[in-house]
Amino acid sequence: MSPDNQASAKRFLLISTTPPYGSSASKDQLDIALTCSVFEQPVTLLFLGDGVLQLLPNQQGNLLRQKNVNAIQSSLALYDIESIYVDIDALRYHDLEASGLHIPCLPVDSHAIQRLIAEHDIVLTI
Amino acid sequence: MIYTLIIHASPVQHQAPETALRFARALLEAGHTLHRVFFYRDGVFNANDLASGAADEPSLPSDWLALAQEHRLDLVVCIAAAIRRGVLDSNEAKRYDKHQSNLAQGFELSGLGQLVEASILSDRVITFGGRG
Repeated sequence: MSPDNQASAKRFLLISTTPPYGSSASKDQLDIALTCSVFEQPVTLLFLGDGVLQLLPNQQGNLLRQKNVNAIQSSLALYDIESIYVDIDALRYHDLEASGLHIPCLPVDSHAIQRLIAEHDIVLTI
Repeated sequence: MIYTLIIHASPVQHQAPETALRFARALLEAGHTLHRVFFYRDGVFNANDLASGAADEPSLPSDWLALAQEHRLDLVVCIAAAIRRGVLDSNEAKRYDKHQSNLAQGFELSGLGQLVEASILSDRVITFGGRG
């Protein structure tokens, strides 16, 4: 990233709240994330509530005639999108461990979530 | 302050676009700048010129047009979301072999890059109807 880009960069936080496949939300959110990356803007993803289910491994979206969200998630690192957080209470609610998710994620509690929102310039929720 | 508004919801099914319109009027009246209104997901239905509501109901496409003409606003509709939902300008209608176009006057189709660019240039970016 050139110094010029850095000066004009905004930190984007994209918040996902819904499970995959029930609506287009997960895909629509990832489209924004990839576009931010093309514009060389730093992106953080935060999965809250049922949004954590997007990160389950071994999804078979094809059975629902949908594209597998895991495939797009696997490409995030290529776009330098590696700052990914999950709501620790949602993990507990769904009996999940961060280590068992499809891509590396950091679990965060409600205080850390508040800090994340405060630290970012642009916060977009789907 | 420079604002950008992002609208995710259809004006028929949700109050969010009406709230966004009122927010837009309020911020302009307060002397702020509205850099862009970006219509994403079902928000593209705000630009459907064929929407035909009852005479005593508001028409969001014409309300946006009136505000845009008064304040020279940039009303951008996500092209990928719009094409999927059948909101097309004459270029896209030709490209997809459709017999008519229905993008309302005052709106233009463009990419998600316009959302990101607007966010970079704005002090505040507010999402309406984002959940769901």
